[in-house]
Amino acid sequence: MTTLSVPAQKITNSIDSAIPSSVPHEEEKFKMIAENVSIYYGSTMGVKNVTMKFPEKSVTALIGPSGCGKTTFLRCLNRMHDMTKNAKVEGKVMIDDIDLYDKSIDPIYHRRKVGMVFQKPNPFPTMSIYDNVTAGLKLNGVKDKRILDEIVEDTLKMAYLWDEVKNDLKKSAIELSGGQQQRLCIARALAIQPEVLLMDEPASALDPIATQKIEETITELKKDYTIIIVTHNMQQAVRVSDYTGFMYLGELIEFRETKKLFTDPKNELTAKYVQGQFG
Amino acid sequence: MSTTNEKRQEYRALFKNNVKKRLVVDKIVHIIIFAFVIIAIIPLASILVEVFKNGISAISYEFLTAIPGSIGSGEGGIGPAIQGTLIIIGLASLMGVPIGVMSGIFLAELGDNKLARNVRFFNDVFMEFPSIVLGIFAFLVIVLILGHFSVWAGAFALALIMFPIVARTTEESLKMVPITYREAGTALGLKKWVITFRIVISAAKSGMITGILLSVSRIGGETAPLIMTILGSSQFFSSMDVPMDALPLRIWRLSLLPYESSQLQGWGAALVLILVIIGINMAVRYHFANGNGIIMRFIKQGVSTKR
Repeated sequence: MTTLSVPAQKITNSIDSAIPSSVPHEEEKFKMIAENVSIYYGSTMGVKNVTMKFPEKSVTALIGPSGCGKTTFLRCLNRMHDMTKNAKVEGKVMIDDIDLYDKSIDPIYHRRKVGMVFQKPNPFPTMSIYDNVTAGLKLNGVKDKRILDEIVEDTLKMAYLWDEVKNDLKKSAIELSGGQQQRLCIARALAIQPEVLLMDEPASALDPIATQKIEETITELKKDYTIIIVTHNMQQAVRVSDYTGFMYLGELIEFRETKKLFTDPKNELTAKYVQGQFG
Repeated sequence: MSTTNEKRQEYRALFKNNVKKRLVVDKIVHIIIFAFVIIAIIPLASILVEVFKNGISAISYEFLTAIPGSIGSGEGGIGPAIQGTLIIIGLASLMGVPIGVMSGIFLAELGDNKLARNVRFFNDVFMEFPSIVLGIFAFLVIVLILGHFSVWAGAFALALIMFPIVARTTEESLKMVPITYREAGTALGLKKWVITFRIVISAAKSGMITGILLSVSRIGGETAPLIMTILGSSQFFSSMDVPMDALPLRIWRLSLLPYESSQLQGWGAALVLILVIIGINMAVRYHFANGNGIIMRFIKQGVSTKR
């Protein structure tokens, strides 16, 4: 058991010495931009002044030790902190040139552009598989049965679940295994046809085979979606992501192309973390 | 990493080694718990047995459908009372359940402010109010103003008893629904009220129904507020503006009479009231059990994993 206690001074130094990390890739088009985002829980600062740009149709991974704020940051990209009492978000989150935190914005409309998959599978317990996938559509007003059927088949195939459930779509969602439930949640998130997909450790509750399937899904989805994934699993970050951001104690320490971050980290802390010296 | 192997041995030696004694203690605790359950069941069971034993002989087709006969004759029945009880429970539920459910939703979903804390406090106080006080209140604000006894007043008084119970149980059931479902709904771009009404409530339905049934059972047996409001009658329902009969009122009147035949009818009416309440409970539960309550889902899930 090694716990790392890096003095605050040292962190500050290492940040100063870091490559300007928010823009690893100037030439591309950005789907989402987080600018100077700070998140407070009461008086505790969970995320400190993070700036990140997410290129369109790419996978960005957020890594870092437990409690580093990566989930907190991910949730702010969808205004999920609106639901948390005492949580306060500062800064800007731009999606297609619209600031999600602008006072005049209705977050509901923009959340439909952003799908989210949570760490623990959370299918709606009283609904069938079919109803779970279509929940976001039906409750947002899509009624056409033909379209719903089409989307159900399509998204369940994308989530690699179709073959396992195509014969009992009316079955209750909570009768599925944990891995199946998580893939159902991915299908449910995809069903609202988002443009961005946020994934909070989507494979942490899954076995290696299901994990592999999810990773294949992510790679497949990259063609059409901008994906931001929080993961504890560095191999997973290497396998699926194009860009990786390393967070520590609420700060973004380094953000670069995944290959470069893992093979040639510019920051001492990043190097230690990706080499498994702490975490 | 300061625990050495010697220390671990030392710690292990501290554990008690009396497995046999602990098994015995375990048994004894089990027996004590079971004994208390029996003690709790005895009065309940003896009430049921007593009511059945005394009441069953009074029950006949005439008893269930006819109007009361002349006092002490042992003739006639409790038809108006059964009808009145069903009417008054129905009306009170129509008033009390929506108000109670909405208050419960408010407390659970928007209840994190000063107003809600006050509402919750007064709701709890209200729940413990003596029912006669609510009866007098209904008497003052409806009966006295209208100038006559009224079915509305009775239903109003019973609804007042009902809604705090419904509000509280609804709130508790909604709070039991894990926040992850709300988050999932939010992430799907759903409006808060859609999440509440289409997702959260369907997951909490079972608990809410239990609360509603609890309140129905409670008002089904209320006598005092009905004396102040619908008074009692020996005729079938004719209008909202005249006295009406109800089972608790009929039981009360019959049991006060000094004739054995009347008291027998009182037992019969008590039995009918119990059966009516059980009947409402079972019918409602059966109606909702076939689908969507979360508890039913879990039971089904348990069954399907056992197979």
